[in-house]
Amino acid sequence: MQENPIVLSLEGITKRFGALVANDRLDLTLHRGEILALLGENGAGKTTLMNILFGHYVQDEGIVRVGGQVLPPGSPGAALAAGVGMVHQHFALAENLSGLDNIRLGTEPLLRLGNGRSVARRKVEQIIAESGLEVDLDRRVAALTVGEKQRVEILKALYRDVRVLILDEPTAVLTPQESEGLFTVLRRLADNGLGVIFISHKLGEVLSVSHRIAVLRGGRKAGELVTAEADRRAIADLMVGKAVAEVKRTAPTPRETLVEFRNVSLARGVARAPLSNASFELRAGEIVGVAGVSGNGQAAIAALLSGLAVPSSGEVLLNGVTITSADPRALVAAGVARMPEDRQHDGVVGTMSVADNIAIEEVRGKPFARMGMLDRKAMRERATAAIAAYDIRCPGPDAEARLLSGGNVQKLILARVLEREPRVILANQPTRGLDVGAQSEVHRRIIAARDRGAAVMVISEDLDELFALADRFLVVHAGEVTDAGPSAVLDRGSVGLLMAGQSITSPSAASA
Amino acid sequence: MSFRLEPRANPSLALKLAVSLVAGLVALLLVAIPVLFAGGNPFSAYGLIIQGAFGSMFAFSETLNRATPLILTGLAAAVAFRARLWNIGAEGQLYIGALAAVLVGSGLFAMPPMLLIPTVMIAGFLAGGLMMVIPTMLKQRFGADEVVITLLLNFVVILFVQMLIEGPLKDPLSMGWPQSVPLLAEAKFDKLVPRLRMHWGLIVGLAAALLLWLMVRKTVLGFEIKAVGENRAAARFAGIPVNATMLKVALISGGLAGLAGVGEVAGVKGYLSADLSPGFGYSGIVVAMLAGLSPIGTVFAALFVAAMFVGADSMSRATGISNYLADLVVALSLLCVLVGGFFLRFRVRYERRPALAEGR
Repeated sequence: MQENPIVLSLEGITKRFGALVANDRLDLTLHRGEILALLGENGAGKTTLMNILFGHYVQDEGIVRVGGQVLPPGSPGAALAAGVGMVHQHFALAENLSGLDNIRLGTEPLLRLGNGRSVARRKVEQIIAESGLEVDLDRRVAALTVGEKQRVEILKALYRDVRVLILDEPTAVLTPQESEGLFTVLRRLADNGLGVIFISHKLGEVLSVSHRIAVLRGGRKAGELVTAEADRRAIADLMVGKAVAEVKRTAPTPRETLVEFRNVSLARGVARAPLSNASFELRAGEIVGVAGVSGNGQAAIAALLSGLAVPSSGEVLLNGVTITSADPRALVAAGVARMPEDRQHDGVVGTMSVADNIAIEEVRGKPFARMGMLDRKAMRERATAAIAAYDIRCPGPDAEARLLSGGNVQKLILARVLEREPRVILANQPTRGLDVGAQSEVHRRIIAARDRGAAVMVISEDLDELFALADRFLVVHAGEVTDAGPSAVLDRGSVGLLMAGQSITSPSAASA
Repeated sequence: MSFRLEPRANPSLALKLAVSLVAGLVALLLVAIPVLFAGGNPFSAYGLIIQGAFGSMFAFSETLNRATPLILTGLAAAVAFRARLWNIGAEGQLYIGALAAVLVGSGLFAMPPMLLIPTVMIAGFLAGGLMMVIPTMLKQRFGADEVVITLLLNFVVILFVQMLIEGPLKDPLSMGWPQSVPLLAEAKFDKLVPRLRMHWGLIVGLAAALLLWLMVRKTVLGFEIKAVGENRAAARFAGIPVNATMLKVALISGGLAGLAGVGEVAGVKGYLSADLSPGFGYSGIVVAMLAGLSPIGTVFAALFVAAMFVGADSMSRATGISNYLADLVVALSLLCVLVGGFFLRFRVRYERRPALAEGR
């Protein structure tokens, strides 16, 4: 496709934020009909570059051309008009409107009565038929799952007849089969002349879908390779600039049961999606991975194990004792370490200090408080030790948590929950949005805790992560939990089928 | 050419003070415009306001007397707003506190002052607190909006008080004036200085500010209130009992407003009437916002607002310019402080190339 005309070129883009050079003379070209993968750790400059391309930031130097025309800097309107579409990692959808209205939003003419809706519906339905991006167009977006919301986002871009489509981590919420479906769509769209920029952390996907890979590191282009000639290891090393330590997983030695779910149901309302009649165990010295498309009951399991909810029916036993009240403090005291799914939203209070956020779960007891009075010195000491032990990059224990990057917030939470040597660990999306280096750090700590004898549950939308960590798989679909057995006998395909609600044994399902 | 905004990480104390100072100066400059229109000289008007507020022992005492309830209602708003609990009902809580003071202190018990004054204060605190705890419970149970409930309760309470002082609580010796039976002498606050109106309520207000500052900085409760106010979801996840914490905040907030009412009855008037408060409850919100919700700052903001009102009265008598000037100064100061807060959060960058907006 190198012969195809260039649809997008970024020439010598430089962007400084104070002393920080976020983009340093970056050049990038995208051809018609090409899928370009943009790889890089957090802070490598991907987001800044895309924000410049999209007109959210004004570059200090360099120009952006779409179809040969120079885009005026700092004009999202011009970028849209030139046919640049973006699907963000964090969705920009109006929750109160239907899928169809969200897709139309901003495109419908202001002064026209009548049947714009039905025309739009026909066009969207045609796109759906071509792309396989199934969505109930009439449901309110608030009622859609995360995966469905993302499909609406992609449809929204396609609806605008874009020439360049940018996807930021698009597969995080899809099953492997759905991801494959998306790749098929992307390849077909590319064949029809669309230029696609695909931002991802997942090397496997990048290798399977892209034509060309550009790797950013520290604001510069670390390398650019043709996918057909690239290999996984080389790309990872390009991204971090040093050889990545592979996380070694030792063989599990499961021991006594620490947590037991007995016929647990949780009604919708407490969590987004219900859980029905789930039974499983977590044993000391074992990592259980929970696979599933988002919104199939993971949130319910996490809420129950975080002390945010009690079952509508059935029992959750911790150390053989039934949990009777939703009390996070009691769980913490009983030795449960909880890592929330949305670490910025549920994990830290952004305007409080690193020290406060490390102490927050145990702030009422010693050593952090006596007779209702805080011991700031003890809190700061713990934080200083944690910053060193967990390599939390921050100005110091008094820095506000909102100033920390996602990876460092996760390290802060690890420091908070692992320091107590917990017996049970709930790691919900432990590495979502983290770069390769931080990911292997988190994985190493989780495996070390399991080797110490903790019972670990990892809930993740990243199957690579689950296969790297889990000794045993649970798969959730539509609120039902299936024990898929030891990870050694599973592969991505069979887990994917369970995620889609089919059983592995039925051969007719394999065609899906 | 254009301007662009970039978020600021951590504004320094010096910058905060500088912004407050500039905000005050801008407010005074803006108020000079209507003064000129009214045919006055802004400098002499401001001079007269300052003289009227601080120019004599009597003037200063009046300012402190006026600041006393504002400190307490300001703290009531500050503590609630810190927890993102929107208490707009300090006016009603003040009246309920005053009513409780009259009920308990007008002859229900005979006690020496050492016991009766604390009893009256506790009654006023609890009554005011209850007036905020109930809306907070309604919010937690039914999702009722506390802004609407507390705001409307103000009118309910004031009408209720009017009914009582026209009826069962009416003082038979009041020559027909709608006012309640008086407090016993043992229930009244002593004056701080003989023949001046300022009273022990001022000490109560200063002590409350100090205690609140200690609570915010040093206690587990202060920590939990901050966490609940700044990120409710994270606080709940970390095991902080969100509802219980909010109820504690409600009790403290309403209680402080109730104490303001106790002070006006026991320290100034000696009885309850429907004109006890010229909007101290609402002004408390302004005071708290001017102070950036800081307990110690609230004392100074209350002093500023009180000085403006007391000084403007005397300026008005001397120049004939309306004393509504005080409202203008206070309102514009608040606006300027709020705009100043914006400049504290964002850095304005000047840029040669055109830019539309700064994405975050």
